[in-house]
Amino acid sequence: MSATATKLPRWAELALLPAVNLLAALLLSGVVVKILGESPWAACRLLLGGAFGSQDGLGYTLYYATNFMFTGLAVAVAYHAGLFNIGGEGQAYVGGLGVGLVGLWLGHLPFLVVMPLAILAGAAFGAAWAFIPAWLQARRGSHIVITTIMFNFIAAALMTYLLVNVLIKPGQQSPETREFGPGAAMPAAHELLARIGITFAPSPLNFAFFLALAAAALVWVLVWRTRWGYALRVAGQNQAAAVYAGISPPRIIVQAMLLSGALAGCFGLNELLGSQHRILVDFPGGAGFVGIAVALMGRNHPAGIFLAAVLFGALAQGGSQLSFDMPKINRDTVVVIQGLVILFCGALENVFRGPLAALFRRKEAA
Amino acid sequence: MVERINPTAPALELRGIDKRFGSVHANRAISFSVARGSIHGLIGENGAGKSTLMNIVYGFHRADAGEILVKGRRVDIHAPHDAIAAGIGMVHQHFMLVENFTVLENVVLGVERGALLAGSLAHARAELEKLARDYGLEVPLDAVISELPVGVQQRVEILKALYRGAEILILDEPTAVLTPQEADALFKMLGRLRTEGKSVILVTHKLREIMAVTDRVTVMRQGAVVGEVATRDTSPRELAEKMVGRAVLLRVEKAPARPGDALLRVSNLEVRDRFGVARVKGVSFDLRAGEIVGVAGVSGNGQTELLEALAGIRWPTRGAIELGGRDLVREHLDPHARRTLGLAHVPEDRLRLGVVMSFSAEDNAILGYHDGPAYHRGPLLDRTAIRGACEQKMAAHDVRPALPAQRISAFSGGNQQKLVLAREIDVDPRVLIVGQPTRGVDIGAIEFIHKKLIALRDAGKALLIVSVELEEILGLADRILVMNGGEIVGEVARAEATEEKLGLMMAGVKEAHA
Repeated sequence: MSATATKLPRWAELALLPAVNLLAALLLSGVVVKILGESPWAACRLLLGGAFGSQDGLGYTLYYATNFMFTGLAVAVAYHAGLFNIGGEGQAYVGGLGVGLVGLWLGHLPFLVVMPLAILAGAAFGAAWAFIPAWLQARRGSHIVITTIMFNFIAAALMTYLLVNVLIKPGQQSPETREFGPGAAMPAAHELLARIGITFAPSPLNFAFFLALAAAALVWVLVWRTRWGYALRVAGQNQAAAVYAGISPPRIIVQAMLLSGALAGCFGLNELLGSQHRILVDFPGGAGFVGIAVALMGRNHPAGIFLAAVLFGALAQGGSQLSFDMPKINRDTVVVIQGLVILFCGALENVFRGPLAALFRRKEAA
Repeated sequence: MVERINPTAPALELRGIDKRFGSVHANRAISFSVARGSIHGLIGENGAGKSTLMNIVYGFHRADAGEILVKGRRVDIHAPHDAIAAGIGMVHQHFMLVENFTVLENVVLGVERGALLAGSLAHARAELEKLARDYGLEVPLDAVISELPVGVQQRVEILKALYRGAEILILDEPTAVLTPQEADALFKMLGRLRTEGKSVILVTHKLREIMAVTDRVTVMRQGAVVGEVATRDTSPRELAEKMVGRAVLLRVEKAPARPGDALLRVSNLEVRDRFGVARVKGVSFDLRAGEIVGVAGVSGNGQTELLEALAGIRWPTRGAIELGGRDLVREHLDPHARRTLGLAHVPEDRLRLGVVMSFSAEDNAILGYHDGPAYHRGPLLDRTAIRGACEQKMAAHDVRPALPAQRISAFSGGNQQKLVLAREIDVDPRVLIVGQPTRGVDIGAIEFIHKKLIALRDAGKALLIVSVELEEILGLADRILVMNGGEIVGEVARAEATEEKLGLMMAGVKEAHA
């Protein structure tokens, strides 16, 4: 009944509870694998081996993690302002348009010129896409969950239209642009490592990984160490207290969503400049939604988001290895496993809280 | 297995009730009994464990040890429905009513018989009419709850409990929302329940009420029972000392006020709510340096809206608020701008406005002043300065425990309030407006807060204090404004004010200005 009954020590809250949730999800996944007629143990080894067991596997894992960090941070910033931004997918999509346009038009320039412009363009396009739902929430009270979902669909429709009718490379059927110019390619990790004398297997892991880490650090400083972050958190936790303190919640809503959209918009730096080198239909591929799970699991803290993003990156990479090596397990089964992780770490987050809290109480009483 | 019901056994007996929440020992081996046909008072400061104890009796919490006996028979109470089955009813401080249901529907809610409502409603109607006759609890059965005054809503809660067969009625701070006259009516009703053989447990921190209606009183401090006496053998002073554990001043000592120039001038202020209904209707008054003006009134008569309009949280539809030669309304100044002009505000609803519960004490100690230069180095917050400032405030205002990094929600109500007050006083404001200075605050802290407010007055500040506690208004104010229905219905100098006179004005009986 009371809040005290379910309170956990800080370390248990931050580490033990997510670990228990994850374990439960993996156990249930094991049952699914068993039912399909494969060995859960072997599947687990394949999954982990695929994600971390080789250099290129690790590269892929971190490459996916980079995507999820951008979208996860976007969700977290909005969360601290008391907003549930479901629109990461659309913001990443439209942000990618900004990144891609820079790649298409200015790709002939040197990378050091292109990169800042691509960051600016991605952030600006993503922020612009978040602005409309933000404004509607701040001024009209239209619920941001609903509007951002709608804007995901609008983004998808808009991008399909642009790719099919405007940006498509002439003389082909598939709705994709031409390749970006050479200056718009993020340096690959194995190339960067080769320069300092380390050989690393080729993978799509690229410089955007460091940009994502920098974004995480920036979010931490902004939210927890600046007066703007203070105002953001006050407005997110208690709107009435924000008004009392002279903080304008509508202004915070718009500002937080702009930052959130900008972070999601940087998704294209990794996916497009780092890997695809062109704009294609549905390139976010659900990463915007995975970002929600990542933020939830990472407790909306940049450090937690990093760990959760690596976990989901590992699931994505290890999962494809799994479906490749185990014939009875296909892509859809991997999606089921990811779904179970999201279910236990997100929706059922508090299922084990009560029993754990009881355990701690008993220990304390003893 | 059936134990015989002993006709002389107490209505309710608690034996050795013990309860811990983590490291907090909320109830320590509590034993006491409530005689049949009696009104039993339970008093103690906030955090003394009264609510925990009553929540155990009503099945919200489970005791770690101890037993509960009803009429001499042991009962196991796991959930409220067990308590109801054992004949225990509870009226919470915050009513548990569905606002847009009728009285009848609310009473039936949860105890409907069968799938169709008509039968239960007819049965309830007959039953309630009988109850109303027996106990003098008249309520309009078909009225919608939200249209009823709070006093009547409370009666509905009592009826709800009686309809469920309650023999023992627990009332948690029942008079917090009532006028003195409504409170008297409630007490009369409780007296009638007593003569009909029901037992009542009155949980309160108001000594006046304990003295007025109870037969016996149990005093709790720090989770334990520290005394139980027959009410006629004790005095308010003795009870207060037992509650706090030391001698306390019940009356605030202060020198006569020496009012100076008007610092805040409110003229013809009108505030409407979001439905366009006028909540404050043409209110005008001056607030002078070196005086405390008290605003008395039953809660919900426009005081909240007045406070929020003064603080800049609500925008008035008409009128002016002048501070230091500037019109805050016409210039559209927000709370932040008003603070810089020297208008500080201790909000009425501390939990909703005054603090952010998930923040640490130090982060709460800068709320509203977070843009101040003292708390920054460049664009970044200066965590060292923020901690230092909080430590200073905690020391100067006796906030315990003095742990700036601890979450504000882990502090008692009194200590939260002291910290909020410290935040608003430490900036040396010219005008301080305070809503419910001691709501949810224990006696020891009340004394401290009252002294601080008077010291502020003596330092030449202008104070406006809104309180639903008449005693508090009478103790602090130099001049009293009475609000009813959004208007100031009278102004009384402290010397001419009596509780009765104010009570009548609060009820809307207009009187010539004294």
